[in-house]
Amino acid sequence: MTAKDEIKKSFLASIWFMFLTFPLMVIKVNTVTDTVEWRWHNMVLVGIGAFFLSMLWRYLLKRQADGSKKEKKEGPGIIQRLLQKKELTLPGIIIIGCFTLLFPHIFSMYQTNIMISALIYVMLGLGLNIVIGLAGLLDLGYVAFFAVGAYSYALLNLHYGVVFWIALPLGGLLAALFGIILGYPVLRLRGDYLAIVTLGFGEIIRLVLENWNEFSFGPSGIANIPKPGLPGTDLSLQGSTIFIFYIIVALVIFTIFVINRLENSRIGRAWIALKDDEIACQSMGINKAKTKLRAFALGATWAGMGGVVFAAKTTFINPASFTIWESVIILCTVVLGGMGSIAGVISGALLLILLPEYLRDFGQFRMITFGAVLVLMMVFRPGGMIENVRKTYKFEKN
Amino acid sequence: MKPILEVKNMTMDFGGLRAIDSLDLYINKGEIVALIGPNGAGKTTFFNCITGIYTPTSGDVLINPQGKQERINGLKTNIVTRKGLARTFQNIRLFTSMTVLENVMVGCHAVTHTGVMGAIFRGKSTLAEEKFIVEKSYEILKKIGLEKYVDELAVNLPYGAQRLLEIARAMATDPFLLLLDEPAAGMNPQETAELDELILKIRDNEGISILLIEHDMKLVMSLSERIYVVDYGKKIGEGVPEEIRNNPVVIKAYLGEEIDA
Ligand SMILES: Nc1ncnc2c1ncn2[C@@H]1O[C@H](COP(=O)(O)OP(=O)(O)O)[C@@H](O)[C@H]1O
Ligand SMILES: [Mg+2]
Repeated sequence: MTAKDEIKKSFLASIWFMFLTFPLMVIKVNTVTDTVEWRWHNMVLVGIGAFFLSMLWRYLLKRQADGSKKEKKEGPGIIQRLLQKKELTLPGIIIIGCFTLLFPHIFSMYQTNIMISALIYVMLGLGLNIVIGLAGLLDLGYVAFFAVGAYSYALLNLHYGVVFWIALPLGGLLAALFGIILGYPVLRLRGDYLAIVTLGFGEIIRLVLENWNEFSFGPSGIANIPKPGLPGTDLSLQGSTIFIFYIIVALVIFTIFVINRLENSRIGRAWIALKDDEIACQSMGINKAKTKLRAFALGATWAGMGGVVFAAKTTFINPASFTIWESVIILCTVVLGGMGSIAGVISGALLLILLPEYLRDFGQFRMITFGAVLVLMMVFRPGGMIENVRKTYKFEKN
Repeated sequence: MKPILEVKNMTMDFGGLRAIDSLDLYINKGEIVALIGPNGAGKTTFFNCITGIYTPTSGDVLINPQGKQERINGLKTNIVTRKGLARTFQNIRLFTSMTVLENVMVGCHAVTHTGVMGAIFRGKSTLAEEKFIVEKSYEILKKIGLEKYVDELAVNLPYGAQRLLEIARAMATDPFLLLLDEPAAGMNPQETAELDELILKIRDNEGISILLIEHDMKLVMSLSERIYVVDYGKKIGEGVPEEIRNNPVVIKAYLGEEIDA
């Protein structure tokens, strides 16, 4: 396409945008004086802005197209290469480990709390990554399992005095059970259909929690959920926050450990095979139903445990914490970070949760930015920030 | 001895379309048999019916790997694979986000057992099994001649190599019968000649019988001991290559000019 065409297209786009935003950006009714203000300068700005953005977009698209034509299999990116360097692994772990251990002592309680939230999302992202990144099942109701975990702890504690340490595995188990309950009826569904049904499932759980007052105390939620205790000690508020921080760090490490092992096992390979091609996967002797249910259950487990920690951290939960938006954010962390890649999902979650916290002013544009970033990612870097690299094996070549 | 695969009177309807019409077919142990016919004759559908991807409208599929005949129609695809029927796909269906080796490793799924707990704890038996899978897969790749690609992503392979990888992956399921759907499609004459050798080797060295769908008449005539010809879902001819070459119905329906091939 010639440059002239490009300019023409961008020009049309800018006119279209001026027209679209005309009622919002140009006309302003002054209700005090009952007059209409015409803010023509806004229109000019929209026009110029749209023109340049459209040019930029086209330029990027073109570069993208050229790039894919030239060389499809450029090697792994710089981050992957760093991750693969064996001699960097140990120092890397030590640095990250020390930083994490010292974090609550260096930074304020406020920051520690934010970090706890972010780490909960890391856990959720890693769990959802099993379902979406590995098994390729688009689950938009994932937050339901988070809710199951949180309410398991809150209710079991309220009625039976179950302590955090017992509730943690129980919450995970119950969430896994719900994963199977959800998974069973959707075994035959794929792609968009699966997404819609799981979305509905998430909303059902939330609506039940909101309306079944006798069971869940409705929108007013459950308060005074105890923080996890250490037997024999009485933790101060600060002490218990630090304690929760270490608990969630330990859980994240545990999650990474387990998921890494699953991914590089017979089970993980079956998931990826299922994602890549359902028919070929079954032709390899893999039971599709079992593989899907496993993914749903094992994905939900982490959300359940994350929910227990969440309830313990906030000491108060209500259905408002478990809306569809949470599912969307968790999904974003997985997609942004890099589907199927553990390091990718971790950085995706940290970025998406921490950035808005520190760029507060930016808060109202958060969703728009998410959307824009995701669209750009999908077009220009569909593998995510840190793309998954498959394991290789050593042989004595004889 | 009863044939290792016996299909009796199979019919498959898609709504009003009869894709397979009362077809009978058998394969003896150690045979290489070809199934030929024009495009749309129902050959791929026939594979899909045997392997449980479709359930045939009527008819029977019987296998007999170890001297005991067994009905397999109506069974799920993954069960059929476990019973020892493996296949390749006409429109290549590799696991694109995995390496060549991993593609074959997935094929070992049917003959291994590690579960979730085994995968997490990675105990002795899991490690042993994992080692077995890797070594077995590498062995198969060597037999097929793909070992130089082990760590390559499957999608990055040249077309001919992708077809071979489909065969390697199928072999990893330890089949007694291999169903190949147009394995030479898209290959150049050199690759086809190598494929000819390879298929013979698989039969002779591995003892795997072969049912082959193929359009390349040279390959079909040189490899197969018997040939079935189908058209519009019906069997229109059957016999050794010489008979097929000289069968007027077959010539009219299909072979046409290629009769001298
Ligand atoms: N899933 C399906 N639904 C409807 N028609 C089908 C389906 N699969 C195959 N067919 C039809 O069955 C006939 C045989 O197709 P196929 O087995 O692919 O032929 P071949 O492999 O011999 O070229 C074709 O007319 C095709 O359109
Ligand atoms: Mg076909």
